[in-house]
Amino acid sequence: MTAPKKRRNPLPAIAQAGPVSVWMVLFVTVPMLFIIYISFMSRGTFGGVEYTPTLTSYETLADVTYFAVILKSLQVAVVTTAVCLLLGYPFAYYIARKSADVASRLIMLLMIPLWTNSLMRLNAWMLLFQTNGPVNKALLALGIVQSPVKFIYTDALVLLGLITNFLPFAVLPMYSSIEKLQKAMLEASADLGATPATTFRKVTLPLTFPGIFSAIILTFIPALGTYTITDMLGGGKVLYIGNIIKNQFGTIRNWPLGAALSVLLLLITALLIFLYSRFAKIEDMEVL
Amino acid sequence: MIVLADSIVSLRHVDKWYGGNHVVKDMNLEIRSGEFLTLLGPSGCGKTTTLRMIAGFEDATAGIIEVQGQRVEEKEPYQRDVNTVFQNYSLFPHMTVYDNVAYGPTIKKWPKAQIKEQVTKMLELVQMAGYEKRKPDALSGGQKQRVAIARALINNPRVLLLDEPLGALDLKLRKQMQIELKRLQRKLGITFVYVTHDQEEAMTMSDRIAVMKDGVILQIDAPLEIYDHPNCRFVADFIGESNVIEGTVVSAEGSLLSVETDGGLVRTRGEGFAVGERICISVRPEYLAVSAAPVEGFTMRGRVKDFIYMGTVIKTSLDLPGGQEVKFSRFEPDPTLREGDERFIYWPENKSVPIHLTGEVSS
Repeated sequence: MTAPKKRRNPLPAIAQAGPVSVWMVLFVTVPMLFIIYISFMSRGTFGGVEYTPTLTSYETLADVTYFAVILKSLQVAVVTTAVCLLLGYPFAYYIARKSADVASRLIMLLMIPLWTNSLMRLNAWMLLFQTNGPVNKALLALGIVQSPVKFIYTDALVLLGLITNFLPFAVLPMYSSIEKLQKAMLEASADLGATPATTFRKVTLPLTFPGIFSAIILTFIPALGTYTITDMLGGGKVLYIGNIIKNQFGTIRNWPLGAALSVLLLLITALLIFLYSRFAKIEDMEVL
Repeated sequence: MIVLADSIVSLRHVDKWYGGNHVVKDMNLEIRSGEFLTLLGPSGCGKTTTLRMIAGFEDATAGIIEVQGQRVEEKEPYQRDVNTVFQNYSLFPHMTVYDNVAYGPTIKKWPKAQIKEQVTKMLELVQMAGYEKRKPDALSGGQKQRVAIARALINNPRVLLLDEPLGALDLKLRKQMQIELKRLQRKLGITFVYVTHDQEEAMTMSDRIAVMKDGVILQIDAPLEIYDHPNCRFVADFIGESNVIEGTVVSAEGSLLSVETDGGLVRTRGEGFAVGERICISVRPEYLAVSAAPVEGFTMRGRVKDFIYMGTVIKTSLDLPGGQEVKFSRFEPDPTLREGDERFIYWPENKSVPIHLTGEVSS
């Protein structure tokens, strides 16, 4: 039984949401619509956009080469997300069970790399893994390898770069979820006869699911679209969606194709958020 | 040590240290099968820790804990045949009422039909039938606690541990739940071990009360026995209201003691007190009386300070010459009394309890 809804004056709501809405429309909606619009236009002979509608860009996307790149990008993003979750969850759990001051120090350690300029961080990885860099020298000195290993511009190094870059984004929302989980819940479960493994499966995991899903969104979507990491550590040899979009808008100057690829990314993102909203209330989402 | 034949939980020489804090000190406790036992004491007295050691959430630093004759110190909570009702309900928020109650049986892999039957029965028992599909968020505090009780009881525990389960409820609901819990316990015949700091709650529900302070059980007995014969000053103060008056024994004829206090001479009855000993006397407000003329053996006088109307009773407080305040309570006001009146104070000797100031009385 619900009480009949009162008719409300919509004016205050509009007044409150007004300025933010205007800002959002101007700087988010309009550019996004413009991107979608461009994606249906033709490529100019010397770059730029010719405003004659066509589906050429989307037809190009269906090409096997692009499909392979998209598939590869998805694969890498999935692996990055999975590894971030598997490494991040135990770490988040560990921090969440520490006292507040220890926890804040551990989070600080996690955050420091994030505050470093990303180009510097990537260059550091390059230096470390160079043919005559410290890692190879150490491996040679220890006799593990006979000749230097080629790390740079490989898929493995790209993956390492992606994982180290996105791990904090996975840990923080999960930490926030786990920290909220009351110890009494776990005690209640044990009291009712559940072993620690059962308690984890039936209580801990479901109750921290909002954090896990936020971690997935905060890791998967940027990992799918990133181009600096793949560009530098992959050396442009292995192509990912991000690199192609960047190239289409940059050197190749095929804006409609770049826009079409962007729309594809948008759709994947929207699909994920739609799935999330089906699973959990949006206000449960842990975004820091 | 006498081990009672019908003892279901026993603690022997149990100690608990948290770092340098000795929170439970050499505790010996025999809980009888089917009784409602309350651990009562102020916060920090070790009552919750004691309960949590029985449940298995805390390890005893030393000592033996037995449930149904089986030592359980090495057993994990999920291996113990006891269940707990928590102070904050601790219902699983992601599960419906039905799934919460069915949690224990599901883990124990009961047949589906039996689980359904038992959940229905338990929810009826706690008057929550029809709420199966609700989530805990959509329940009131009292309803949550009923579900929490059903969730624990469905496992057929031999002993139900309750950790201040009514602490978060408002007064009226708390009183109602107290009576319901007591009836439930009688009906099911399960041993209840109940922790509270509310002495009234303890008096209402318990078969026996263990009064605790600083990790030690000071007195364990039936509520009325504790009320009428507190064995130390703390118990006298903590259980109900009491006038505690200090004095020196000036004569002892058999059990009749005459005691010199700051306010004058008074009488009490008790064994094992020596002339010259400093003691205190506990007198309940319902037994303290005043009179215009002196009563034999009493020369204490006081001045009427004020009247407090408590609903069913009227409390009158008087100032003793030493500055101490004493109170008496009656159902009817005394029309002859006015503020500022001086009266002689007395009480029936056998309704007062002498207490040694040093150490405890062995009862």
